[in-house]
Amino acid sequence: MRTLREVVCGQSVKVKKLTGEGPVKRRIMDMGITKGVEVYVRKVAPLGDPIEVTVRGYELSLRKADAAMIEVE
Amino acid sequence: MAIKIALAGNPNCGKTTLFNALTGSNQFVGNWPGVTVEKKEGKLKGNKEVVIMDLPGIYSLSPYTLEEVVARNYLINERPDAILNIVDGTNIERNLYLSTQLMELGIPMVMAVNMIDILEKTGDKIHIDKLCKKLGCEVVEISALKGTGIQKAADRVIELAKQKQSMKLVHAFAPEVEARIEQVIDLIGNDIPEEQKRFFAIKLIEKDDKIADQMKQVPDIQNIISLMEKEFDDDTESIITNERYDYISSIINECCTKNKEKKLTTSDKIDRIVTNRWFALPIFAAVMFLVYYVSVTTVGSWATDWANDGVFGEGWNLFGINSLHIKGVPEYIEAGLNAIGCADWLRSLIIDGIVAGVGAILGFVPQMLVLFIFLAFLEACGYMARVAFIMDRIFRKFGLSGKSFIPMLIGSGCGVPGIMASRTIENDRDRKMTIMTTTFIPCSAKMPIIALIAGALFGGAWWVAPSAYFVGVAAIICSGIILKKTKMFAGDPAPFVMELPAYHMPTVSNVLRSMWERGWSFIKKAGTIILLSTIILWFLMSFGWVDGSFGMLEAEQLDSSILASLGNVLAPIFKPLGWGEWKMAVAAVTGLIAKENVVGTFGILFGFGEVAEDGAEIWGMLAGSLTAVAAYSFLVFNLLCAPCFAAMGAIKREMNNKKWFWFAIGYQTILAYVVALCVYQIGTLLSVGTFGVGTVVALLLIIGFIYLLVRPYQESKTLKVNVASVK
Repeated sequence: MRTLREVVCGQSVKVKKLTGEGPVKRRIMDMGITKGVEVYVRKVAPLGDPIEVTVRGYELSLRKADAAMIEVE
Repeated sequence: MAIKIALAGNPNCGKTTLFNALTGSNQFVGNWPGVTVEKKEGKLKGNKEVVIMDLPGIYSLSPYTLEEVVARNYLINERPDAILNIVDGTNIERNLYLSTQLMELGIPMVMAVNMIDILEKTGDKIHIDKLCKKLGCEVVEISALKGTGIQKAADRVIELAKQKQSMKLVHAFAPEVEARIEQVIDLIGNDIPEEQKRFFAIKLIEKDDKIADQMKQVPDIQNIISLMEKEFDDDTESIITNERYDYISSIINECCTKNKEKKLTTSDKIDRIVTNRWFALPIFAAVMFLVYYVSVTTVGSWATDWANDGVFGEGWNLFGINSLHIKGVPEYIEAGLNAIGCADWLRSLIIDGIVAGVGAILGFVPQMLVLFIFLAFLEACGYMARVAFIMDRIFRKFGLSGKSFIPMLIGSGCGVPGIMASRTIENDRDRKMTIMTTTFIPCSAKMPIIALIAGALFGGAWWVAPSAYFVGVAAIICSGIILKKTKMFAGDPAPFVMELPAYHMPTVSNVLRSMWERGWSFIKKAGTIILLSTIILWFLMSFGWVDGSFGMLEAEQLDSSILASLGNVLAPIFKPLGWGEWKMAVAAVTGLIAKENVVGTFGILFGFGEVAEDGAEIWGMLAGSLTAVAAYSFLVFNLLCAPCFAAMGAIKREMNNKKWFWFAIGYQTILAYVVALCVYQIGTLLSVGTFGVGTVVALLLIIGFIYLLVRPYQESKTLKVNVASVK
């Protein structure tokens, strides 16, 4: 199963499902990463973490550990 | 009757700009009771009857962040007459997500779509009429920056507030979800007004743990939740969030037409370079260097020297010309007091107590203002979010934010603006942790102490100063790891899911306003404690018993002062640290006025009067009364313990809470004591081989310290801060 963590820079993916629960999951969804949305992985921070993605037309950064909660197609 | 209007919107959507444009200078800035979230209120320009409440910038009304809970409790409990929802037109999809939640509160709402000037440039279009129909609320186009449409937005929202008609919801979720919401609405009692029932029903379905505080009767809807979760194979919180975004996606194509030719915006071009894998760190270093160089090394230090040594010292020369000498404030006041034949003690109280205290407050302000201009600029232009993005990896391990880098960097110059710089950190926990640990970094006032100890006992060894920084950094790292596991901090969840806003040029007036607000809040909130403690210490130092009678002392008679007697009482406490002599204790206490005073106090106590900045005259005597290990323990204690009064004032202001203020000061002092004790006891064991009770205690403390460092912890899933009473 592929998660957003494994997606390399410059690729677009579709979100399939979000695992986990509680504040982190809610926050990720509040920021617009929900089922079926297109996410473009834009870059990785210079120290290797976090990552920057484009979602719903804006830039969002999240940690790789949290990106692992996002299953993608 | 005044009309209350709440201004609500996402962070970075231009809310502050709009608020400033609407209210001008009629603003009151404070804090929401008991929490560090800023509360801004203002009267509408040209209509004093209208009060505008600037709610914290939020993405959602979830129960997980302080800002969101503060905002929604205000909306529920205070019921403003109308909401002005500001929406970033360049990022409308995510901005509408909050709007769908605000509308459910039943409060009349006007939506202001901001940044239409940018939309015109990019060629994207938002069809206001369609948006209006699909959302069921009035929509106006504005540009907060240019000032277009603002008057119309204000007029519309006032009119709506006067009509007092509650919001009619138009948007709807999937039929299956709607049916469940209806079921829950029917179960809600009559303590909740009809128009708010949908909001409460949805919160109940989301299993929101903070909503029960707002309700008299909480219906049991467990079976409905279970049914829904089975139906959708997801938790209810996520089902609702999905439904909101699905609704927005379904209307967005109709309401907006995107420009088909995709051009790289200026912001994208900037970001390509600024957070580039290879350039990001050098650019970051350059920006930080510039901030430090200007606000600490050059302009900032000129400003501080001018304020402290000039205006509140021996005077200064206008334009640096000798003949244009302007006397310092104390000189003027002294001359005035002499002219009216003021009593000695009163003159001393005014000059050495009050004026010195006011000087200690105002002396830091010019430098602070220089720094605040930078901070306001970095925040408003969007680079501050990138600082967090770049530095997160290093700092999050210690319970700090990537943005903690700036307070600590500035703290190496002066802890006072350093602590004030922590305001840029949004997350409550990260901010408190930063406030508590920033002063561990040796500031420039601690340099003379380091020079004194290095010169007197270590022959000026090169490693003393770097080791002081090492101790400071180690104290920050260990404190971060230990504190984030304590009850006080393990409290709140802090996911790092952060928007990186588009870069844009901030306006001069917004930058200056932010600079002034922060500077003023330091004067107002930190001033009292600084002034009071300076006066108390002045009293302890200037009065005492000489030849059997109590009276005021000359500066050289410090050894007869009340403080010296107190030093004798305190001395045994410091005995296990290796410097149990009253002179050391007194020096450590006078260091609270300003850390460099430690050296001057030694000068007086060893009978030298004025000494050089590094106290070269007393090196010999100090070496005679301390062992090298004890001297290092003294150094470590002074580096880590409670900072000077000005910095304590800053801590008090930024914590905005008595309990947290004392916790911070207490923690710093206890940590300083423990580390100094271990340094002395273990150092003596290694160098002389003495083994005693102290050594055992030190070893036990080290074991306890290691336990605190490595014990496991679990991040909390709910917000523990009690904000139910926030109104």
